[in-house]
Order: sequence, then structure tokens, then C-alpha cells
Amino acid sequence: MSDQTIDSGKRTWIIASSCAGVVGAGFAAVPFVSSFQPSERARAAGAPVEVDIGSLRAGEKLTVEWRGQPVWIVRRTPEQVSELPKLDPLLADPKSQRNADELTPPYARNEARSIKPEVLVVVGICTHLGCSPTDKFVPGPQPSLPDNWIGGFLCPCHGSTFDMAGRVYKDKPAPDNLRVPPHMYVADNKLVIGEEKKA
Amino acid sequence: MAEFQPVPANASTGEKLLNWVDNRFPLSKLWNDQWGKYYAPKNFNFWYIFGSLAMLVLVMQILTGIFLTMHYKPDASLAFASVEYIMRDVPWGWLVRYMHSTGASAFFIVVYLHMFRGLIYGSYRKPRELIWIFGCAIFLCLMAEAFMGYLLPWGQMSYWGAQVIVNLFSAVPFIGPDLALLIRGDYVVGDATLNRFFSFHVIAVPLVLLGLVVAHLIALHEVGSNNPDGIDIKSKLGPDGHPLDGIPSHPFYTVHDMFGVCVFLFIFSAVVFFAPEGGGYFLEYNNYIEANPLKTPAHIAPVWYFTPFYSMLRATTDLMVNVLAVILALAAVLGILRGNFRATGKIVLAVAAIVAVVLLKTFDAKFWGVVVMGGAVIILFFLPWLDRSPVRSIRYRPDWHKIVYGLMVFFFLVLGYLGSQPPSAAGNYVSQVGTLVYFGFFLLMPWWSRLGTFKPVPERVTFKSH
Repeated sequence: MSDQTIDSGKRTWIIASSCAGVVGAGFAAVPFVSSFQPSERARAAGAPVEVDIGSLRAGEKLTVEWRGQPVWIVRRTPEQVSELPKLDPLLADPKSQRNADELTPPYARNEARSIKPEVLVVVGICTHLGCSPTDKFVPGPQPSLPDNWIGGFLCPCHGSTFDMAGRVYKDKPAPDNLRVPPHMYVADNKLVIGEEKKA
Repeated sequence: MAEFQPVPANASTGEKLLNWVDNRFPLSKLWNDQWGKYYAPKNFNFWYIFGSLAMLVLVMQILTGIFLTMHYKPDASLAFASVEYIMRDVPWGWLVRYMHSTGASAFFIVVYLHMFRGLIYGSYRKPRELIWIFGCAIFLCLMAEAFMGYLLPWGQMSYWGAQVIVNLFSAVPFIGPDLALLIRGDYVVGDATLNRFFSFHVIAVPLVLLGLVVAHLIALHEVGSNNPDGIDIKSKLGPDGHPLDGIPSHPFYTVHDMFGVCVFLFIFSAVVFFAPEGGGYFLEYNNYIEANPLKTPAHIAPVWYFTPFYSMLRATTDLMVNVLAVILALAAVLGILRGNFRATGKIVLAVAAIVAVVLLKTFDAKFWGVVVMGGAVIILFFLPWLDRSPVRSIRYRPDWHKIVYGLMVFFFLVLGYLGSQPPSAAGNYVSQVGTLVYFGFFLLMPWWSRLGTFKPVPERVTFKSH
């Protein structure tokens, strides 16, 4: 074999047909890889959710499911709202400027991150790796929290902490504030999550 | 192609049958090459049992898995109940399931010990680099297999564990969110995710795993086994052409392995029958609550075998990224001042370091956590080229090397413990130190592994017969 001269014509065709084979295999892989995408049924799910918050009292939280995710509605007490500005130096992004288009709709770009100052609406999914943080509304020292804790949320997975406006504290694994979903009020106590008023 | 072998006169029926097969399929040749006449060093100690045990556990996992698949339903609304059905209503189903769940933990115990054996006796050094690389690939497959299998019972830990790990991929810059979507097949972990993980767990990954195991063994039996002295037995051949310090695997290591298997099965059965939950480490208590997408359990932690790597992920905060950037800059400055490069090399080094520091500060700590966690496994692949010590085995290395190895193992265990605990500020600092020790052990190995006075390596293996 080795003393035979290489037939460069044959060699060229071997290379060309191998390349064609690889390209063909690449095209054949497309339907298989595409089948990993969300199905039409999964895409269709995700209609807006209407919630009545009339019975939600100050300091209470309500969780509703929207697109398979927990959405929290918290009616904050006036003290909780008034404490928010004081926390700014401790927070990673107090003014919600990072990824604002994704995380904070224009109508929630304020100190309380909400339409009505007392009603917080956020997706209860940590921006780190998607755990659902737990309520830590009671102030004071407690496990996994700083001693000067004034109330907020703690992610049990990696210890990220959020204030009562879903803003993340500094030097925590979570990079961003909790997402405020598109939402609007259709009546004083009727909230629609997943839809917003067009300007 | 082998010559056709005629049957010898007065051969027994068995011999005739074997001869018939051997003329059509290399049965005797395969047996002799792979085990029967495979000459292994005679000085194996107990560390050498874990390879065989890993094979045993692999077979056990496949067998019990086949039987579990007969009763399990990969459907988000049925999965949790079908596991309980196996536990309560299927005759002996509880045993099959406990064997499978305990087998998963046993697999990792055995594989971690097997890897540690390779580490201390230098079994990854030339010419065994590929054995080691196949082994690392097996470890990676095993992690994928265990992770996807853990989703199947559809408990709270299954669900939130998968949620966290799949979201790791979304931390990758630019393509991350789409990648995570592709893995989940839905916008949240759901039925689509469960179904595809089932498919990967029962067929795709096991096929790859089996192929890699075959490659691992072919490579091993090609170059021959290392031994606790880390010396080549093939350079001292006896008159029969076999290594003087080698013994055929059958019957010698057959008996050795059977003894090891007995000891292993004693311990394994004790766990299966008396402590199948392993104190909440083998089967987490929260996983007996059905998955609830709206509520994360108060404390979630991966199963114990992932916790060291999980600790490293948690340790990578903004502070850690700053520390890494400083270390990188110092290393580059040291390399430029003391390194033996030409001017262009030094410029390349400086530019690379600046780019790396800029990247560290550009992307989120979250992404670097994923890089650190993945890197902790990937770095193992490079071990054959990181170790520059003149001897293979720890027996002939300077005594302080043992302390270095001990330190790495200690911090690996500490990382493992911390990863199973709720996050705390002190724990986080310790795991940051642990992460630096782990990476320092490997990345500084080209330097420290050459330092110190090495002991003379003997000509022949050290062996005392009983």
C-alpha cells in the first residue's frame, strides 16, 4: 500500500464527498435538535392571570401562578415602604437600572418598584439560579441573615437576600433584582398579571 | 485472520464447542487478553478493588434500572405516585428501588476512591493518560446520569435541584437563556423536562457510559496496570515472556476481587436494608414531598456527591471574583518578571492577563461560579500534564507531598460538608479558601510536584508474601 503513489484526483473526491456527508449529517441533525425546543402546546400556555387582592391585608403575601412561575403580591406596611430609600447603600442595584427592560417595566421604575407604593408584584424566582426565595418579613437577627435585618426575602439555595421591593443586596450570588412581571390594575383591587396598559 | 484450528483428537464436547466458537469468534482470545492471561502487578493493595467494584455497581444499576422502568411513569402528573407505587404495591419493588438509590451513592463512593487511588499512585502518568481521560469522561457521564436520574421521582428536591442546575446554563453569556430553554423544553422545569431526562437517563447516557467503560478497559489492558510502587513491571520479563512481578488476573485477582465484592456487599446490604435513606444524604427527606413549582423547600442542597462542586459554585461571589482577578494579575506579573519567555511571550502573557481580568469584571459572578464549578471537574482531565514529579507513586515522593495531598482531600471533604449545609457567612469564607486550595493544588502542581528530595525507586515491586 505505502509504496503506491497517491491518486490526487481520487483523494480530492474523497475529501469532497466526506465534506458533503458531514454537511448532510448536519442538516439531518436539525430536526432532532429542534425537537428540544418548547412544543407548540408549551408556547400557547401562559395566558394572563386575574387576581383579586381585596382581601390581602397589610404585611401579607399572596402567591399566584403565571406561566408556571410563582408571582408574589405583597401588601407592604407604610413603615416597610418608608424604609426602602434608607437601604440604597446596601443594595447592588437600588435604582433598578440593570437589565431594566427585562426586569422592571417603566411603570415600576420607582423607589417602591410598584404601581401602587404599598403593593409589590414580583416573580418569586431568584435571579441567581431560579429558586423561589422564602419570606423573612420579621426583622431582627436570625439564621442565614445579618443581625440588622429589617425584613425581606432570603433565597434558601445560595443565600441571596432581597429587600421588601425585591431589590438584591450587595455581594450576593444573585446579580439582579427580582423581576417585576407585566401587570396592571383593571379595578382598584383587581390585578391582571401578564398584561400591561399600552401607553 | 487466524488459521482454522482443527479439533484435537479425543476432545470433550465442551472443548469441541469452544473450538467451534473460537474459529468463528475470538472468544478465548478476548478472555485471555482482557482477564485470563492479563498479567497484573502482584503488589496490588486494597485500593485496587474499587475498579472491579465500580463494574459491579454499574451492572447492578443497569439491572435494577431495567426493572424500575417497568413500573415507573415519566409524566409530571404520575411520576411521584408511580415511585410510591413501586415502593408500596409492586412486590419487592421497594428492594429494587432502594438498591438503585443506594447504588447511586455507592457508585460515587467507589468512583471517588478509585480516582483517589489513581491520584496517589500516579496511575494517570505516561503511558496511561488516555485511561485517565476516559475515566474522567466516565465521571462526567456519571454526574449527568445521577443528576437526571434524581429528577425522576419528581419530589421537591428533584424539582428544585433540576431548576438550579438547568439555570446554571442560562448564566452563560449571550446564548445562556436559549440554551436553558432548549434543555427544559419549556419555560419552567415541567413535564417536557421530566420526559427528556427520563430518555437521557435510561438510554442515552448509559450507552455512552458503557462505551467509555469499554474504552477505559481496552486502554488499561493495552498498556497494563500501574501499581502502588508506580514502576513498570514490563521492563523485567521472566523466561516465559511474562513480567516477573506480574500474575495472571485469573485466578489470582478473581479471588481477590471476589473477596472485595463480599466485603462490599456486606456494607451495601446493611445500608439497603437498615438505612436506605443514608440519614437524609442518600435520599433527601424533602424528596418525599411532591414537586411544587411555587414553593422552594426551606433548605435545598444537592445529593452529597455533588456538594463539593456545589460549594465552589456558592463560593464564587463578587468578592471571590475580585480575589481571582488579583491572583491572576499577580501570577501574570510574576510570570513576566521571573518567567523564561522571550519578549513576545511576555507581551502575550500580559495581554492575556489583562483580557482575563477585564472578562472577570465584565460578566456576572454567577457566570464565573458556573465556570469554577465546571472547571473543578474539567481540570482533572489535564492532570497527566500538570504532574511533573520524577516518580509516579506517592511512596517515593518527599514526605511533605503527603501533607499537600492531605490538605486537598481535607478541603474537598470540608467543601462537601459545607455544600450540604444552609449558606452562612463563615461557611462561605471557608468554602472560598477551600476552592482556592482545590484549584491551587492542581494549577500549581507543575511547580510543587517537582520540589523536594525524592526517594530512590526500587528495581522490583515491594511485595511480602503471606
